[in-house]
Amino acid sequence: MTDAAMETAKPVATRPARTDFGLKKRYRVERRFRIYGVVAIALGLFFLVALISSIVLQGISAFRQANVEIDVLLDKAIIAPNGAVNTDALMTGNVFRYDDVIRNAFAAQLGIAKDDKGTARTAYNLVSKGARIQLRAMLAANPDLVGTRQKVSFLLDSNVDAFLKGHIDADIPESRRPIKDRDIAWIKQLEDSGALSMKFNTGLFTFGASSRPETAGVGVAVIGSLYMMAIVLALALPIGVAASIYLEEFAPQNRLTDLIEVNINNLAAVPSIVFGILGLAVFINFAGLPRSASLVGGLVLTLMTLPTIIIATRAALKGVPPSIREAALGVGASKMQAIFHHVLPLATPGILTGTIIGLAQALGETAPLLMIGMVAFVADYPVTPNDPATALPVQIYMWAGQAERAFVERTSAAIIILLAFLAIMNITAVFLRKRFERRW
Amino acid sequence: MNDILEAAAVTETGYDPSIKMSGRDVCVFYGDKQALFDVNLDITTNQVTALIGPSGCGKSTFLRCLNRMNDTISICRVTGNISLDGEDIYDPSIDVVELRARVGMVFQKPNPFPKSIFENVAYGPRIHGLARDKTDLEEIVANSLERAGLFAEVKDRLDEPGTGLSGGQQQRLCIARAIAVNPEVILMDEPCSALDPIATAKVEELIDELREKFTIVIVTHSMQQAARVSQRTAFFHLGILVEEGPTDHIFTNPVDRRTQDYITGRFG
Repeated sequence: MTDAAMETAKPVATRPARTDFGLKKRYRVERRFRIYGVVAIALGLFFLVALISSIVLQGISAFRQANVEIDVLLDKAIIAPNGAVNTDALMTGNVFRYDDVIRNAFAAQLGIAKDDKGTARTAYNLVSKGARIQLRAMLAANPDLVGTRQKVSFLLDSNVDAFLKGHIDADIPESRRPIKDRDIAWIKQLEDSGALSMKFNTGLFTFGASSRPETAGVGVAVIGSLYMMAIVLALALPIGVAASIYLEEFAPQNRLTDLIEVNINNLAAVPSIVFGILGLAVFINFAGLPRSASLVGGLVLTLMTLPTIIIATRAALKGVPPSIREAALGVGASKMQAIFHHVLPLATPGILTGTIIGLAQALGETAPLLMIGMVAFVADYPVTPNDPATALPVQIYMWAGQAERAFVERTSAAIIILLAFLAIMNITAVFLRKRFERRW
Repeated sequence: MNDILEAAAVTETGYDPSIKMSGRDVCVFYGDKQALFDVNLDITTNQVTALIGPSGCGKSTFLRCLNRMNDTISICRVTGNISLDGEDIYDPSIDVVELRARVGMVFQKPNPFPKSIFENVAYGPRIHGLARDKTDLEEIVANSLERAGLFAEVKDRLDEPGTGLSGGQQQRLCIARAIAVNPEVILMDEPCSALDPIATAKVEELIDELREKFTIVIVTHSMQQAARVSQRTAFFHLGILVEEGPTDHIFTNPVDRRTQDYITGRFG
C-alpha cells in the first residue's frame, strides 16, 4: 500500500520487482523430460527396426526354393510292375520305384550314360528326397498319366538350394562342403539348360513337419493355430463378456466380488506355463482328452485369455457414461435392456480390442503348448481339432533347434508369417475400433 | 394402463385425484449419511412443481426417489412412503420398470442415445410395445417431436445421430423421448443448466405447454426459472423441506426466514 502511495508521488516510477516464479527451471525440466521421451522412443524404434530387419534378412530367402523341371518318362513297367494302374495300386507298394523313374529322367537330363548307375545315383542326390512322394501323389491323383512322358517340376535338395542362394561358399575345400565340385558342375549344367529355376516356395505354407528342410512347412502349424484361435474366440469371448457384464452390472458389491476381482487381475499375470500344467492335469489326465490336440491347446489358451478379455471388457463397460444407462432406465428399460441395447454396443470397440489383443497373445504363446504335447512331429494335416497338431510358435521353437542352414532361414520365415498374422489381427482391431466407435 | 389407474382409484381409500404423487416422511440415506429428513410433499396433478434450494440440499435426491432412480445406487436407502395415485411406489408389488414408464425423467445434461433422432424417440415405445406397426411408431415419434417443439427443426434429418444436435435441441429430444412413452409424470433434473438463454426459453415454454397433459416436477437452481414455469414451489435446505406452497406465495411472501434469505440471494 505504501509503495503505491510513493509511486503516485514520484513522477518517474520504477516498475515493481517481478516475482521469480522459477519459470526458467520449469522449462528446463520440461525440455529435459521431452528429450528423455524422444531418446526412449528412438531406442525402441532402433531395436524394433534391428529385430525386424534381421528377421527379414534371414528369412526372406526361405520364400524362394530351387526347383528343377525335367522330362520324366512315367514308365509303366517300373511304376506298375504287376500291371494294375489305379490309385490304390499306385499308393501302395515300394515307394522307391518312383525314385527309379525320376533318377532315370534326371540322369538323362544331365546326359549321364544309362549304364552308369553310380554316377546317376550321386547326381540324384541333388534332387529332394521328397520327389518320390510328390510323384506318387501326382500319379495317384491322375493314374492316366502312367506310361506317358511329362514335364514335372521337382524340389531340389536343401543343400543345392542353399548353394544357389549363396549360403555355401564354393571357395572352401571340397571335403568340407556338402556340395562337391561335380555337383557344382551339374548345377551349372542345369542352370544353362534352363531346367533349374527359383520359384516361390509354396511348400513353406502347405507342408507339415519334415526332417528334410525343403519339404518342411508351417501348414500343420497354421491349421493348428487357426483351430486354437477359433476355440479361444468361441469360448473366451462369450464367457469373458458374460462374466464381465455380471461382475460389472449385476454382482452385489461385497467382499466376495472384491476377492473375485483381485483374483482375475492376478490370473492375468500368472505365467503361461502354469496354465499348461493345469491343462495337462485337468484336460488330459483328468478329462482324458487326446494329447497334442488343438482342442486341448485351445482350452488352455482360453483359460489364459479369459482374464485379459474380462479386464478389457470391464474397463470398456466402465467407460460407458452413466448418463446413457440413466437415459435408458429413465424411459423404463429394464436393467437387461439398458445393458444390451445401449451399454454393450457402446462398449463393443473396447471389448473387441481387448479380445483381439488376448487372441494375439494366445497366438504367440508357446510354453503352455509344450506342456500339453503340442511340440510334436506332425506331418499330416489335422482334420479335426482332436487330431495331433502343432502351433506356429511351437513350430518356430522346433525349427530353431535344427542345425541345417535351410532350417535357420525357415525359422525366420515362420517368424515373419507369425508376425504377419499378428499384424493382421492388430489391424483388424484398429479397423473394428474405428468402425464401431460412436461419440456421445 | 387406465384399468390399473381405475382399479387403484377404487380400491385405495382416501385417494385424491388432484394429488398425483405424494411423499410422507421420506428419508434417504447414502450409506451412513442421511441426505433427506422426513420430507412431506404433495405433487399436484397437471401442475409444475419446482424444487429449489442450494447445492446439496437434497432436491435432486428427492426427485430421483419419485421414479426410484436411486435404486441404481447400491448404498442408497429410502424410508417413508411415496405414492403415485395413492399407490406406494416402493411396495414390492410395484414393478420399477412400469413405474419408470409412468414417471419419465429428463436429466441435467442432455443424454440422447448415440443413435438416430428417430431411434432415440422410438426406443421407449418400442420396448413397451406401444406401437402396433411401423406407421404407428412413426406417428408416435412425429407426435412426440412435435409436442417437444422439435419436429419442424429435425423432420428432414430423422436418420441423423441425435448427438449431432445442438445442446438445446438435444434436451428437447430428451423431452420428446420421455413423452413418447406417454408417462403421467415427468421429472426434470435441472433441464436447462447446460443450455444457453435462448434454448432455455424454448424449454421453459415447452414445460408450460406440457403441463396440460402431464404432471411435471422440475429441479432448478434458477429462482427466476422456478418463478416463470412453476405453479408450486418447494424449498429444500440441508435435506429438509423448509417450505412449500404456491409459487407466487413462496416468492412474495415466504413464511420461513431461510426461504426468504435464499430467494433474496443471501445464501446459496
